[in-house]
Amino acid sequence: MLTKRIIACLDVRGGRVVKGIQFVDIVDAGDPAELAHRHAAAGADEIVLLDITATHEGRGTLIDTVKRTAAELFIPFTVGGGIRSAEDAAAVFDAGADKVSINSSAIARPELIGEIGQSFGAQAVIVAIDARRIPNAADAVAEAEVYVSGGRKPTGLRVVEWAREAEQRGAGEILLTSMDADGTRAGFDDELTARVSQAVQIPVIASGGAGNAQHFADVFGRGKADAALAASIFHFGVTDSWALKRELAAQGVPVRL
Amino acid sequence: MIEVIDYKAGNLTSVVKALRYLGAETHVTQSPDDVREASKIVLPGVGHFRATQLLHDLQLTEVTRDAIARGVPFLGICVGLQWLYEGSTEAESTDGLCHYGGRCERFPATHAGADLKSPHVGWNSLENIRAGSRLLRGIAPGSFVYYTHSWRAPVDTDTAATTHYGGPFTAAVERDNVMGVQFHPEKSGETGLQLLRNFVEMRA
Repeated sequence: MLTKRIIACLDVRGGRVVKGIQFVDIVDAGDPAELAHRHAAAGADEIVLLDITATHEGRGTLIDTVKRTAAELFIPFTVGGGIRSAEDAAAVFDAGADKVSINSSAIARPELIGEIGQSFGAQAVIVAIDARRIPNAADAVAEAEVYVSGGRKPTGLRVVEWAREAEQRGAGEILLTSMDADGTRAGFDDELTARVSQAVQIPVIASGGAGNAQHFADVFGRGKADAALAASIFHFGVTDSWALKRELAAQGVPVRL
Repeated sequence: MIEVIDYKAGNLTSVVKALRYLGAETHVTQSPDDVREASKIVLPGVGHFRATQLLHDLQLTEVTRDAIARGVPFLGICVGLQWLYEGSTEAESTDGLCHYGGRCERFPATHAGADLKSPHVGWNSLENIRAGSRLLRGIAPGSFVYYTHSWRAPVDTDTAATTHYGGPFTAAVERDNVMGVQFHPEKSGETGLQLLRNFVEMRA
C-alpha cells in the first residue's frame, strides 16, 4: 500500500542548519549532513534541504553542503532555495540531489518548470507555493494568494490556479506552505491543502503548522495530503519520524515502518 | 566492471553513488565497446520512455542483447525495467528490447471506483516475492521501496515481486541473469541497498 510520507526539512544558512521562528531568533541546529543522516535513521521518508542564504557567495557553500549531505544518503533528497535557472538546477543534481524545489523563480518564469523537467524528468521538479488566505474574502480558500519573498510579497496569483498551471507545465509535486499556519505549531491548513490536492493529479506535500502527531493525521485525512513536511519539531529531538509514524499507524494512517 | 549506461534519462549520480558505496567498481558509459566488455550492466533511468530511443541510436541495443545472451547480469531500474519489455504506450514508436513480453501502460485514472493519482510517488510495499529470487534475497514481503512513475509493466510468470497501486504491477522482474525493478533501489534505504548488494555480489 502506498504510504503517506513524512519529510524532514533542514533550513540551511551558510552551510549550517538553522532554526528560528519566522526567520528571527535564529539558532544554530547543527551540521546538515549529520542531521540528514540522523533524520534518515530516525525514519524520515525524505529529506528536504532549503538554502535560506540570501547572498550569491553562499551558492558555492550550498553545492558543497549538498555533496556532503548526499554522499551516503539513500532516501530521496530535495534541494531548494535560490535555484533560478536550469543550470543552477543541474549543479544541484550533479552534487547529488534527486529533486529541486523552485518557488519565486517559477513564478518569475514559469517555463523554468519545463526546462528542468526536460533534462531531469518531471519527478525531479517540485514547485513550492507559499500561500496566504485573504482575510474577509467570500471564499478565503479559493481566493488564497501566492506570496513570494518569504511570504512578504503578494503575487496576485490564486493558489489553486497556480498549482494547476505548475502541474500543466510539468511539475512532479507541489510543496504547499501555509504562511498563515507556518510557525504556529497549531496544525496544517487542512482546508487549503485539500482544495489544492483535489485540483491536481500530482502529489501535494503539506507544510507549515506541524506541532503534534494529530496535525499530521488531520492533514493526511481531511487535508488529503500525500506527504507532510516538518522542520523545527524534529531538530531538538522533540519527536522523531518513527515515533510520529507509530502514532499515525495506530490511527490507521498508512506509513512506512 | 559494472557499466552504468548513460542515455540522458535523468540523473545517474544516485545510482553510481550507491554502487560505489557498496564497493562495486562502477563506470558510466555510452560506448558499445564498454558494454561489450562489461561484467555487469545497469540501465537506470527516470523520465520518458522516448529517451530509450538513444540506446538504439548509440548502437547499444544489440551489444546489450549479446551481453545478456552470454549471461552477463543486467539490472534495469524504472524506465530501465520498462525497456526490457516490448515497449510502452508512453512512446509507441520506440521499441523496447522485447526480452519480456507485454507492453507498459499508464496507471488507470480510476481504480475500484475512486480516482487514482498519477504519478505513483512514494514508499510502497513489495508483495508476492518469488521464493528463490536472487535479486530479492534477504528482502521480506512488505518491505517498503521508493517509487516515482506513471507507467508500469504487466504481471506475468517472470514477475519476481509485485506492488499494488490501482491493482498489482511488476515491482521486480527476474529470469536468469536479466533483472529489472520499477522502484528506485538507490533511494529505498536499507531495502534498496540490500537489493543492489545482491546484484553486486551475484555471480554471472
